[in-house]
Amino acid sequence: MKNTNRGTRKKKKRNRQILAVTWFFVCLFFLMMGYTCHYAVTHRQALMNNSYNSRQEILVAQNSRGTIYAAGGQALARTEIDGDGKETRVYPYANMFSHAVGYAVNGRFGIEAQANYYLINSNTRLSEKVASDVAGEKYPGDSVITTLDVDLQQIAYDSLGMYKGAVIVSEPRTGRILAMVSKPDFDPNEIDVIWDDLIKDKESSVLLNRVTQGLYPPGSTFKIVTALEYIRENPDSYSQFAFQCNGRFTHGEERINCYHGTSHGNEDFKKAFAKSCNSAFASIGLELNRAKFGNTLNDLLFNQELKVDFSYNQSKLVVNEDTTDAEVMQAVIGQGTTQITPLQLNMITSAIANDGMLMKPYLIERVETSDKSVVKQFSPDSYKRLMSEEEAQIMTELMEEVIKSGTGTKLAGASYTAAGKTGSAEYNQVKTDSHAWFTGFAPAEDPQVCVTIIIEGAGSGGDYAVPIAKRILDACFAE
Amino acid sequence: MELYITELSKYFITLFIACYTLECFLLFRFQEEEQRKAGYIRQNVWMFLVHFSCFLVICFETGKIEYLLFYVLQQILLFSTVMLFRMIYPRGNLLIINNTCMLLSIGFVILTRLSYERAIKQFFIVTASIIIGMAIPYFIRNLTFLKSLTWVYAGIGIAALGVVLILGSVTYGSKISYSVAGVTFQPSEFVKILFVFFVASAFNESWDFLRVAMTAVIAGAHVLILVASKDLGSALIFFVVYVFMVFIATNRWIYLFLGAAGGAGAAVIAYRLFAHVQVRVQAFRDPFSCIDDAGFQITQSLFGISSGGWFGLGLFRGNPTAIPLVEADFVFSAVAEELGLLFSMCMILICISSFIMCMNISLKLQDRFYRLIAFGLGVTYIFQVFLTVGGGTKFIPMTGVTLPFISYGGSSVLTTLVMFFVIEGLYIIRRDEGDKRARDKKHKNRKKSRRREEYEPWDKEEEKA
Repeated sequence: MKNTNRGTRKKKKRNRQILAVTWFFVCLFFLMMGYTCHYAVTHRQALMNNSYNSRQEILVAQNSRGTIYAAGGQALARTEIDGDGKETRVYPYANMFSHAVGYAVNGRFGIEAQANYYLINSNTRLSEKVASDVAGEKYPGDSVITTLDVDLQQIAYDSLGMYKGAVIVSEPRTGRILAMVSKPDFDPNEIDVIWDDLIKDKESSVLLNRVTQGLYPPGSTFKIVTALEYIRENPDSYSQFAFQCNGRFTHGEERINCYHGTSHGNEDFKKAFAKSCNSAFASIGLELNRAKFGNTLNDLLFNQELKVDFSYNQSKLVVNEDTTDAEVMQAVIGQGTTQITPLQLNMITSAIANDGMLMKPYLIERVETSDKSVVKQFSPDSYKRLMSEEEAQIMTELMEEVIKSGTGTKLAGASYTAAGKTGSAEYNQVKTDSHAWFTGFAPAEDPQVCVTIIIEGAGSGGDYAVPIAKRILDACFAE
Repeated sequence: MELYITELSKYFITLFIACYTLECFLLFRFQEEEQRKAGYIRQNVWMFLVHFSCFLVICFETGKIEYLLFYVLQQILLFSTVMLFRMIYPRGNLLIINNTCMLLSIGFVILTRLSYERAIKQFFIVTASIIIGMAIPYFIRNLTFLKSLTWVYAGIGIAALGVVLILGSVTYGSKISYSVAGVTFQPSEFVKILFVFFVASAFNESWDFLRVAMTAVIAGAHVLILVASKDLGSALIFFVVYVFMVFIATNRWIYLFLGAAGGAGAAVIAYRLFAHVQVRVQAFRDPFSCIDDAGFQITQSLFGISSGGWFGLGLFRGNPTAIPLVEADFVFSAVAEELGLLFSMCMILICISSFIMCMNISLKLQDRFYRLIAFGLGVTYIFQVFLTVGGGTKFIPMTGVTLPFISYGGSSVLTTLVMFFVIEGLYIIRRDEGDKRARDKKHKNRKKSRRREEYEPWDKEEEKA
């Protein structure tokens, strides 16, 4: 009797081990299955867009490329098919949307690249597909409806005129991009013909989307960042700041001049910002804690990858304990090695306009089938809080003063209250030419639109960029 | 019309295989084979529907009538396999045989789509293998001397692997096969079975430390020859199967931990020593950084798996032939691409249900030798599935082994069929054991009741848990 008991116990023990092995493998497989499905589903688009993936060609052969629409319903890019079935990609607005919408031959660019996966797929009804089959046609690809506004784009495009430069207009509350202009531009209808010339022309980098990829010295617009850091370090005493400006500021070997050597006289913090006083800011810069400053730069998304769905370049500026006084003096007024994209400046400005919360900038509103049923809807998504609500409020007040009494007075007296910051970024060591910058938003009390403008080599921001901002904002708030 | 069929069939095929898979697991509700009968019949219906609708799509997509003929041949083969098995072995396990046929039919479908020629070749190999395999359960049940051939298994195994190492032809950087009269053999496949028999018979009588040490030397010899042949996938299978079998044979967790530690150590050494191991690890960690060479295969596989979505692109609608070696090592990716993620997940679940059945048989077997064999073969099978699916999906580094029953390759399909027929034999042995126990019990009870001089109607159950 005792023996049999021991026998069964032993057997149970042995069974437990076989069961353990069984469960081990079952769990391992469930892990693997979960991983496989998750990877396949989340990476589908990225993998489909990989140039090594031949499955794109299957879709291209099967579906005709979908249409790209503006927010107002105007077609920005569509595929025309002639009697022989030959497909031509047509861009009705030609040069106007060259960088925003991009092109789809010789590689892909802009929304054509970003939304390629949607455009080459077809989710149209089965009956529609059957009808296409019967007619011997390809299935109609899905359409992409963008956030772009044709009227604003037109104004921004015309305003830049012959200048090289970039304009981005966005909604700070949602992150929707309403206009995106980069010049010099090209006609995407002709891309095949002009391709070789564009590639050869290294000088003007026509194919570069200056909004997202153009790296510029930020000039005085960077004082937004410096001011924010100063407020952060001196939350109680910044308003007591006082400076006597005589047009220049010297520290050791390094000398900083105010724009055109202007003396600004007695200044408090608000005035120094409004008048964009380089001397005052250079002195502020020397007071800043460099480690903390470096952290603030990271908070504002410098030197890092952005979570946006289009191609861009990273804005660069590193400040830490090893940064020399001379470098800091240059950096805080937006000169020196600092490089920023108009997109990044627009994002920082948008965050100020939206109580410190940055919304993720986006260009694609939704994807629809050719018969208008929604395939995918993109909704506003918060990106990151860049600053506290209080900091955003203080920055807004400073930027309002720029328009009221500072360098941005060309925007004063409109039906709306604007807030902003100008910049005149010197990009040449020898000459005093400068890029004209403006970044700002309106109405200051309830921000709806955020505009960032750069005009290469035009002169001062207040004289050249602000009037363009005014035209765009006037159009936005016209009765 | 055609489009309606091909588009809608995606959903139907997924539904059919999902139903089949569900049946696989619902069967485990019942303890007795008798109670599962209806489920087995339903499985056959689902299996038929999957196979039929896949070939319907193939015919519509290609417009070739010869595929229809090929389909009919396959249907005859699968149908007669199930029927013959039921007739010859009325006491056999039908889940194992159903799963075998289900997986074989998926294999036929995907191979027909990838390469018609190879599918036909595979068909003949499968037919021959099944004919051979049908006899196996009989031998397993009756040849009791199999328990005492310990050194024969080891000798043949090491010799076969050694011959490949010396004479073998090089395929994709590994020496794994040799040809006799135009037929290519890959001995590492067959030796897997011999190896499991070797370990089982070595631990049949005693399982002390001396035994473990002795078998470890022989197992090590197998593994080292395979490593020298650069067949790392097989080496890994032998190693893992050995560790798990020692664990079960000795009942001691320490061997499992020692095995895991030893395996990890060996992996590090292999990584340091061999360039081709480093290449594979690199391709696993970041395949997109070396997409032109080392990462090409795995990225193509990932493209395939992800492009199908839940329901797949449909047969002949994708581009699985872009994946190098798709019929052998990457067949899972082809299935996922054209038949869908859900379908391929069901396929894995079917493999798991076969594995669970093996473990179940092993649990219930009284005889130590058979118990170890059922366990060892089950682990061999499921670990191989894990290596090939995990490798193709970037869950683990690629090792280059085939997916049993689905992949193209005679040695692979023959070996897996033999394995499953051995398991069938073991299942019958376990039922015999059950009968014997029931008889003994009955006998005892009868004595008792005779004393009481009253009879009760006996339960017709053949066995009691």
